[in-house]
Formats: sequence, C-alpha cells, structure tokens
Amino acid sequence: MRRLAWHVAKLAEIRDETPTARTLVLDIPGWPGHLAGQHVDVRLTAEDGYSTQRSYSIASAADGERVDLTVQRVADGEVSPYLTEELRPGDELEIRGPVGGWFVWRPDGTRPVLLVGGGSGIVPLMAMIRAREQAGSRTPFRLLYSLREPGERYYAEELRKPISGLDVTYLYTRVVPDGWARPAGRVTVADVNTGGWPAEFRPECFVCGPTGFVETVSDILLAMGHDATAIKTERFGPTGG
Amino acid sequence: MGFISRGFRGRPRDEGVKLPPGQYLVHDFPVLSAGPTPRVPLDRWEFAIDTEDGKTHRWSWQELMALPSETPTVDLHCVTKWSKLGTAWKGVSLDTLFADVESSAEYALVYSYGGYTTNLPVEDLLDGKAWITYEFDGEELAPAHGGPARLLVPHLYLWKSAKWVQGIRLLNEDWPGFWETAGYHNYGDPWREQRYQGD
Ligand SMILES: Cc1cc2nc3c(=O)[nH]c(=O)nc-3n(C[C@H](O)[C@H](O)[C@H](O)COP(=O)(O)OP(=O)(O)OC[C@H]3O[C@@H](n4cnc5c(N)ncnc54)[C@H](O)[C@@H]3O)c2cc1C
Repeated sequence: MRRLAWHVAKLAEIRDETPTARTLVLDIPGWPGHLAGQHVDVRLTAEDGYSTQRSYSIASAADGERVDLTVQRVADGEVSPYLTEELRPGDELEIRGPVGGWFVWRPDGTRPVLLVGGGSGIVPLMAMIRAREQAGSRTPFRLLYSLREPGERYYAEELRKPISGLDVTYLYTRVVPDGWARPAGRVTVADVNTGGWPAEFRPECFVCGPTGFVETVSDILLAMGHDATAIKTERFGPTGG
Repeated sequence: MGFISRGFRGRPRDEGVKLPPGQYLVHDFPVLSAGPTPRVPLDRWEFAIDTEDGKTHRWSWQELMALPSETPTVDLHCVTKWSKLGTAWKGVSLDTLFADVESSAEYALVYSYGGYTTNLPVEDLLDGKAWITYEFDGEELAPAHGGPARLLVPHLYLWKSAKWVQGIRLLNEDWPGFWETAGYHNYGDPWREQRYQGD
C-alpha cells in the first residue's frame, strides 16, 4: 500500500482574510490532487528536532500543485500563531495529505447541498463552493455561515458576488450590521428552517465548526427530519461537551 | 539534516511527558465524530456480542450495571493529534463480557448506534486491554463522548474506542470499519504512528 507522503510546500502568497486569519497559498510539488472537504496535516519542526502536527482543511478546489489553507490564529496556540504571523512567502512547510474520504462533496453529486459553517468551519465548505463553480455544476447550494461579527467574514469579496445557484445567509452571533433584520444570536431552528432545505428534498448536509456549534446544528437537522446518514460533520473544536 | 521550520520554536517542552510521535498534549476533551450524536434511551439500550457461529450474547443496561466494574485510568491518543493523559473511566472489562463466549474468531467488528463501525483484532479486546465504559471523570458519560456507553481501547488511536457502542461481531476474516475504509490505518497504533493506510 502506498504511504501518504510528506511533501515540502512553498508559501507562494499570503492573503489576509480578517485581522486574525490568513489564507496561505502553497505550491506543493508532487501534490496528488484532492476532493473538496479534505484536509492536510501540517508538521512543524524546531531546530532541536522537536516537532508537532495539526490538521487544516483545504480551502481551494483542486488546482494542480496549488493548495490554499486558511488558518485562524488561536491566542496562545502553538501552531496557528506561527502560520499566521511568522511564516512568509518563500518559506517551506511540511504537508501530508489529502486526508479524509468522508466529509467530501463530489461535483457529480445531484442532491441539493446544505453547508453550515461556524467561524473557521467555513474553510472546507468554501472548497465545496469553489469545486462546484469549477465543475460548472448546477447543484443548488445553500450556505449558512455563523460568525461573531461582519469583520470576521472569510472570503468576503468572493461571497459578496452573486453565484448562481448558491444562497448565502450570514448568522451573526455578537454584532450585526446596521439595519440587519435578524438580531445577534446563536443559530436557531428558525435559521436552519429559513436558510436551509426541507428534509423532503433529501439534501446532503455538511456541518463544520467548533464542537458545540456542530452538536447544535446537527441536532436541529435531526429534529427537522433530516436523515442522520445525510448529515456529515467535521469538528475543529477545542472543547467538547 | 532533516527539515527545519524556519523560526519555529514550539512550546516549552515538558521533558517528563512522553507522547507518541506527532501528538500534543491537551487538557480539555475534544470531540471527533463523523455525524450527529445519536441519543439512545437506556430502556432500549442493549449490548451484544455476536459470534462467528451466529450465536448472540445480549446485555440490557441493568444487566451491564450488575456486572463487576473496573476504574481504569488511561492515556488517550486521537489521530487528529491530541493526547489527553490520565483520564478516569468506569466500566466493565471485556474479559468479563467474553467470559461465557465461545469463539475462535480472530477479528472483531465493533458497531454502534448511529451506524459507526470499527475493526480490530480480538486479542486487542482481551487481557485487560479494553472496557465498555459508562462513566468518565466520575460522571455519566456525555452523549458527545459516546454515552450511554462507549468501547475504550486506549492502546489504539481513539477512533477504535467506538462511541455509542451497540455490539461486537466476531469474524474469521478482517472487515474494515468506517474510518478504516476511508483511508485510515487498519490497526492504528499511536506509538508506531499508524495514522493512515500504508503508515
Ligand atoms: C480535521 C480538522 C480540520 C481543521 N481545519 C482547520 C482550518 O481549516 N482552519 C483552522 O484555523 N483550524 C483548523 N483546524 C484546527 C487546527 O487543527 C488547530 O487545532 C488550531 O489551529 C489550533 O492549533 P494551535 O497549535 O494554534 O493551538 P493549540 O496549541 O493546539 O491550542 C491552544 C489553546 O487553544 C485552544 N484551541 C484549539 N483550537 C482552537 C480553536 N479552533 N478555537 C479556539 N480555541 C482553540 C486549545 O484548547 C488550547 O487551549 C482543524 C482541525 C481538524 C481536526
């Protein structure tokens, strides 16, 4: 069996998404390609040989040897501050992947798709949106994107432009823009009911974000009658219940 | 000279703690699962061992509670890289559950409420290496962590410790489970860093 190899990626470009999150555009010679929703393992090694690994979702659709990751800086984190503050273009990074064959959307899928992301949980969902566009797919997509405030939106420009067949709903939990109808608050049944799909449409549901968020949203989907096997989840979370 | 990440120092190392390669220490308890958390009412809960000859041994919740329990304190290693040390559990040893099971099968497929499966050799379930647990840290096991009961096989990566465990099917041939079919390692020994197929 072929081992998943470690690749040496080179940071080609940095795009700031928010003051605390950036997209790392990587060139990875020998990259085998990936499916939307998969992630990579990143390994950092210090001069004394100490090394540590973390997982990061791929944000981009397959594009040769180019791979985008978007990393949220976690205060006091060991790896994310390095990736978001220290790393600069030209630096190299050890990467292995793609990993994960379950939380993936394939462009030949025909069932409607519901994407529900909390915070950096948007990352693998964005890869699905991009893969859909790249394939010229007409599969109807709906995105529910929960985040604290408008300034924390990732991919803001790209999602502002209307994409045919994609509905985007922002759910702000702390601060809303002026004149915004929905008061700030955590995701509710009403949000999923309004911004999602009826269970009879048998959508594929992808839910990604912190553990508590994923638990809440998947419980709501079950209560609305969605089939448990149609709900795929990815928990980035720090803490569990 | 191996690869060095320019400017990476890492956290100050606690030299006293030895972790499997590629793992880091956490103090909270992260959650990993592929779908929604199933809720299993205790009056309908049941645990089964199905042998290769088609015989089934069953335990209701009351029957499980009536069995002698153990309180293992073990280290957990999740394939998503975190390790949590010294976790305290309460449950029934699989040696107890297997006491009256007649089988010469070498493989086990563990299955869960909600449809999850994972496979491992039968010998990894025996001789004090595995439990059906129902308490964590002195409290009943939360659904997100696999309650009412989960398998605990701490010497393998945590995905082998099936949450919401429903039964164990004994087989003469190895049958890959959910993550094992999705590209993860068939055995999953953290000390040999067997994360993915081919590792
Ligand atoms: C499959 C998978 C995909 C992932 N994809 C992404 C991704 O696309 N983008 C991304 O930014 N992260 C992603 N993560 C999370 C990532 O792997 C790291 O956990 C995260 O970057 C924190 O690492 P760290 O070394 O900076 O913090 P650590 O040193 O590991 O932790 C420091 C402290 O922060 C807490 N903490 C850890 N993670 C978070 C968090 N997400 N939010 C708040 N507090 C936290 C810890 O509990 C700890 O107390 C993913 C995780 C998984 C399992």
